[in-house]
Amino acid sequence: MEIFLQQVLSGLATGAIYASLALALVMIYQTTELINFAQGEMAMFSTYIAWALINAGMPYWAAFFLTIGISFVGGMAIERIIIRPVEKAPVLALVIVFIGLLVIFNSLAGWLWTYTIKEFPSPFPVGSPGGNTYIGFHQLGMIGVTLLVLLFLYLFFRFAPLGLALRAVAQNPVSSRLVGVRVGWMLALGWGLAAAVGAVAGMMVAPRLFLDPNMMGGVLLYAFAAALLGGTTSPLGAVIGGFTLGVLENLAGTYIPFIGTELKLAFALGIIILVLLVRPQGLLGKKIVARV
Amino acid sequence: MVAMLELKNVEAFYGPIRALHGISLSVEQGGIVTVLGANGAGKTTTLRAICGMIKTTGSIKFEGREIFGKLTESVARLGIAHVPEGRGTFEKLTTEENLRLGAFTRRDRNAVAEDMDRVYGYFPVLAERREQQAGTLSGGEQQMLAIGRALMLRPRLMLLDEPSFGLAPMIVQEIFRIMRSINENDGVSMLLVEQNAALAMDLADQAFLLETGEVVMSGDTKTMKEDESIRTSYLGY
Amino acid sequence: MAVDTIEEKLATRHAQSQLEAKLAFYKRIGLIGLIIFAVALPFLVSDFRTFQFTRVLYISIAVLGLNILSGYNGQFSLGHGAFIALGAYVAAIMMDRWGVPYYLTIIPAGLIGFIFGFLIGLPARRLEGLYLALATFGLALATPQILKKFEIITMGVQGIVVDKPEVPFGLPISQDQWLYFFTLMILLVLFWAARNLLRARTGRAFVAIRDHHMAAESMGVNAGFYKPLAFAIGGAYAGVAGALATITIQFVAPDSFGVFLSITLLVGSVIGGIASIGGAIFGGIAIVFIPNVAEEISKAAPWAIYGVILILFMYAMPSGIMGFINMLWRGYVKRLLTRT
Repeated sequence: MEIFLQQVLSGLATGAIYASLALALVMIYQTTELINFAQGEMAMFSTYIAWALINAGMPYWAAFFLTIGISFVGGMAIERIIIRPVEKAPVLALVIVFIGLLVIFNSLAGWLWTYTIKEFPSPFPVGSPGGNTYIGFHQLGMIGVTLLVLLFLYLFFRFAPLGLALRAVAQNPVSSRLVGVRVGWMLALGWGLAAAVGAVAGMMVAPRLFLDPNMMGGVLLYAFAAALLGGTTSPLGAVIGGFTLGVLENLAGTYIPFIGTELKLAFALGIIILVLLVRPQGLLGKKIVARV
Repeated sequence: MVAMLELKNVEAFYGPIRALHGISLSVEQGGIVTVLGANGAGKTTTLRAICGMIKTTGSIKFEGREIFGKLTESVARLGIAHVPEGRGTFEKLTTEENLRLGAFTRRDRNAVAEDMDRVYGYFPVLAERREQQAGTLSGGEQQMLAIGRALMLRPRLMLLDEPSFGLAPMIVQEIFRIMRSINENDGVSMLLVEQNAALAMDLADQAFLLETGEVVMSGDTKTMKEDESIRTSYLGY
Repeated sequence: MAVDTIEEKLATRHAQSQLEAKLAFYKRIGLIGLIIFAVALPFLVSDFRTFQFTRVLYISIAVLGLNILSGYNGQFSLGHGAFIALGAYVAAIMMDRWGVPYYLTIIPAGLIGFIFGFLIGLPARRLEGLYLALATFGLALATPQILKKFEIITMGVQGIVVDKPEVPFGLPISQDQWLYFFTLMILLVLFWAARNLLRARTGRAFVAIRDHHMAAESMGVNAGFYKPLAFAIGGAYAGVAGALATITIQFVAPDSFGVFLSITLLVGSVIGGIASIGGAIFGGIAIVFIPNVAEEISKAAPWAIYGVILILFMYAMPSGIMGFINMLWRGYVKRLLTRT
């Protein structure tokens, strides 16, 4: 029982990582129906920026928010400058551009900051509440931050006019133009949000995985899986998908001896594919109800 | 008097194919103008050309200013609300969210709230469907929603693309009655594209007849209605 | 409008068919020229370059498999490297454990790729677009892990070393040149087979399913059979490519078959032109040589250059090299037609 609880809690903590990057994926997916394969590397790059700021003597939280701001602007710039010329190209051409971005960020980070592993500070205290052995302050903080990001996004999409416009563009770009929404800038806004959310994910992950250019490589697949599991258009779904995946993977690794640590990823993916065979729109994805 | 909207020699293209062959027409301040014609005559294309939705040449002036070549979203921001063919509903959003989007470009929050009430006043059924997913509304309700959404822009000119399309005659009557009161109460000028010539001629003060991308006849709806030959050969009633 | 007389119509028709015959003739000459060039190539460059071109050849075979699956049948795979791994290990184990000569490993590798592809293709029938991408991405990620897990068969991380093939019949060429010709022969057979397959019933069924699934089924195309079949053929081509990779490099190890390999194949496929046969060759060239070019440009961050090249490439030719060539070709034909 004790092992079970421990595995579930640490699964939740890992799940928070997947969830926060999955949220970033959803930001771009909902307006463009594309999975940005460079999202993980963009998050990694943002984390390096934070690391550089902190190393230059900036207090943690100042660096934290400045990094989010820089990432937001950077994300918008990437959309306007690099993605825009291929906006109307075949989907696969875009996928290749994403792969291009991925290797560029990975390589640039290695070139600027070397491939040696770096320690990244956590804003949360060392140790665990009451000295328990199940879950530490950082893990709890990570889960908390993920939920806060989710809350922020929920409020933004539900109440802010820009959030509404972003959802509108996702559904019907032509009608959106007719009511005066600048569609191009909304796509850029989606990228900005994705980059900002990804930056948060990176800064939360780094204290645990340590900072190096390949830090997010594996995480991306999990985030992708989490987003699909939860329903690619739903931020809440992405978060639930992330947590589910984290816990599932941990339990499978612990309780099914054959799987062990090597195959737990394959197992988790297998489960997800099974779920999707039954429910292709994901756990929370909405099927469109429309009169014809 | 300067016309509110004035098209001169407008040509429009779908790829290499020319769909409009030099159209000229105008809408007076506060007036209702209808564009009639068969399928493929270029009615919808005319509206699209005004909104910068397709490649065009020629001159399009709104309140004396050249709007030719502007982006669709910029045209909307000038006060031209386009109720598109097929209604353009945001299906996954609620009715209320659809209306809020109509006012996206406006910053005067109080006036927006007032306008929202006004739309619900014109179309009480929309108030009942406030929180409902717009895709689940009936065809007539979606048409009302499209007009309501256009009203939320507080437009000076409304472009309406076949608001009667696919609707029961009763509902069409209702919608046209409301369009008239919008025109009279709110002073919104209208450019109406219709296949239902009889209805459109009753509502509009001026009519333009299109045939394969050209204006073949235009004039006062009153005189046109009296002319037997026009009625039988073009209007079909 | 002027009414053409029967004679005039016949004359135009005749001119057109003459033009078509002429164009087909040009195409054939071009193809023969290419083959002659391919045969002459290893005598013009060093052994190392020859080795690189051998890689181009077998990678092209794998890319062609991916083109059939993704380009013609519309099933996107981010895990095609798994089939290469399969073929590579089949060949390595046959040669290392059972002493089977290298040339006898090709067909079994293809067959096992075919069977495995069909099996993977069965559940994939129900997965569309992104879901299939995820599933196959997972396959790519799991491949090295699975290879390490089954250490008894695969020798785990240490990998398997095999011998370099000897030149047969006392031919006066080097081992690298022989390998090149061996691979080229197989490539020609497989490309010829793909061309016939895609022009026949099967190819039309693939394309019909890709373009309109429901319409295809309602016309009696059995998607439940053809979709896994596309996977199987893609798997077979990649399996053969894998066996050739083992023979060429003389070494297999789990970590050469990770996500990167699969992503690279997709990149090659798109750069070459995904719904084409000839594009696979360009894909193979791109996969082998773009990293070299990037390294030439910047030793410090070659992969950043690689990324920039990919992006610029997509700006210039969003439908790949074959898409670009076809566009030029169509323009040329159109000009010829207006002239007559």
